[in-house]
Amino acid sequence: MSAGDLFLQQVLNGLTLGFVYALIALGYTMVYGIIQLINFAHGEVFMVGAYAGLTVLLMIGGQGSAAGLVAALGAAAVVCLLLGLAIERVAYRPLRSAPKLSALISAIGVSFILQNAVMLVYGAQDRYVPAALPASGWKFGAVTVTPMQAVIFGVSIALMVGLQALVYGTRLGRNMRATAQDPLAARLMGISVERVIASTFAIGSALAGIGGVLFGTYYSTINFHDGYLTGLKAFTAAVLGGIGNVPGALLGGVLLGLLEGLAAGYLSAQWKNVVAFAVLVLVLLLRPRGLLGERVAERA
Amino acid sequence: MRKRTSLAFGLILLLSFFDPDPYRSEIYATAALYALLALGLNVIVGFAGLLHLGYAALFAVGAYTYALLNLRLGWPFWLGLPASGAAAALAGVLLGLPAIRVRGDYLAIVTLGFGEIIRVVVTNLEGWTGGPNGLMGIDHPSVGPVHFGVDSKPYYALLMVLIAFTAAACSRLKHSRVGLAWAAVRENELAASCLGMNARQLKLLALGIGGWVAGLAGCVFAAKQGTITPDSFDFIVSVMVLAMVILGGLGSVPGVILGAVVLSVVPELLREFTQYRMLLLGLIMLLLMRWRPQGLLGPASALFRRVREPAA
Repeated sequence: MSAGDLFLQQVLNGLTLGFVYALIALGYTMVYGIIQLINFAHGEVFMVGAYAGLTVLLMIGGQGSAAGLVAALGAAAVVCLLLGLAIERVAYRPLRSAPKLSALISAIGVSFILQNAVMLVYGAQDRYVPAALPASGWKFGAVTVTPMQAVIFGVSIALMVGLQALVYGTRLGRNMRATAQDPLAARLMGISVERVIASTFAIGSALAGIGGVLFGTYYSTINFHDGYLTGLKAFTAAVLGGIGNVPGALLGGVLLGLLEGLAAGYLSAQWKNVVAFAVLVLVLLLRPRGLLGERVAERA
Repeated sequence: MRKRTSLAFGLILLLSFFDPDPYRSEIYATAALYALLALGLNVIVGFAGLLHLGYAALFAVGAYTYALLNLRLGWPFWLGLPASGAAAALAGVLLGLPAIRVRGDYLAIVTLGFGEIIRVVVTNLEGWTGGPNGLMGIDHPSVGPVHFGVDSKPYYALLMVLIAFTAAACSRLKHSRVGLAWAAVRENELAASCLGMNARQLKLLALGIGGWVAGLAGCVFAAKQGTITPDSFDFIVSVMVLAMVILGGLGSVPGVILGAVVLSVVPELLREFTQYRMLLLGLIMLLLMRWRPQGLLGPASALFRRVREPAA
């Protein structure tokens, strides 16, 4: 493989990863936009989604069934949607008027609970995720696009277009934007702020669940520890693009994925994570609003 | 209340010190190490109001400073202790210089990023730090003819002395001019600046003091273990120390010590349920926050901007 081909292949791999980051980043960005809370348990929701998908794929059995993948995606979305609602209800809503740091601790508590519950059920070792789609891909010159990569691009783009339509074209979306601007005024206008917050958690969590299944089937192994690091990187993507901003999450995810793919290809796998964190720190220090963001980091 | 608290502390200390069981002694020493770390982080988070998520990195700087000084230059523990403290204090201030330009959640994320970067760098600089295998054969301290060795008792005693000094210093600091200035900057930075306080210097001072304490703890940790690996300075350590500070009550000196004791002893009490230990710990954290969001010994405080609440 020539140098140029290697570059293109790394770009493609990075893009694939970036779209998954973007799906998870949406959950962070939406919740932060509405209640200025970093949902530290969000990475674990992604991880639970991956395991929910695994369960469905194992139940269906057999290799290369596209129907299995659809079922896994659907199941993970539903499981994570309910999980997101439950987390909001149990860990965040009772602390709405408490000091902000208390919510951080209860989020960490929820992370411990989810990680260990998954570990108890599925074991601590890496779990192999059966391939849902054939591995043979389409060749474009020297670069190969696998069906799984195509699915990741397609599903992510469709979901993001759908989300944008929801935020700007529906009643719920309008209520969400109103709540993000001013919760008190939104309430006075008759919007049920609690319901808006719950819906935001539900939608963000369902997207993370779908991201989990895509991640698991793409890399073919998952571990109960995956939620922490992937969640952190997705958060980086959200900040990079500008937190509270839906297209920003996509841009941030894709950029971060590209950087990581190139770092993995040209530096070494160990330094890959440093790249992600260095980007995070630099963006926050040089352009705290993110690339597309309007919010200022001077809050709190 | 104050008297009863100190009496209770003294009693527990005395009882624990004469406990002959080596396994339990190890738990006491671990709890004491965490208490020292919690006291240091409390200066940063509780006093100055800077949400720091990379405290384990400063702990690591202390531990690796002593390990390298000892292994490469043959420095004894008692010289390494202040050197580790100074190195970690310097690291705290240097990383703080860029970091304090942002606030609140963003500061938390920047410090988290620095923490992870330091850990990965330590893991990858194999020539100096031994990489993932870490450094081995670090000297245990000795006082005159008495060698500390691997027994946890002498370290427990040493940590108690360090805790006593640090706690006393923190209590006095809290009510000093600096402590009041921290409170002012924490509650309203703009107003404090208008009154002539230098918020930047005050924040860096807190980071330096917190770093110093983390460095001391790191040095004792390295000397006690004899071996250090990057795994001991994982993000989870930063999270646990922060949880201790918040659980005990931000800004309260006896509170954060209590928080450290609770969070290091409870998992041991749950050891029977090995498998369910962390799950139960998570549940306890969740329930405690619902029951006392301000922490065990913390006053109801508006330390951090409250989450925007819908009008009731």
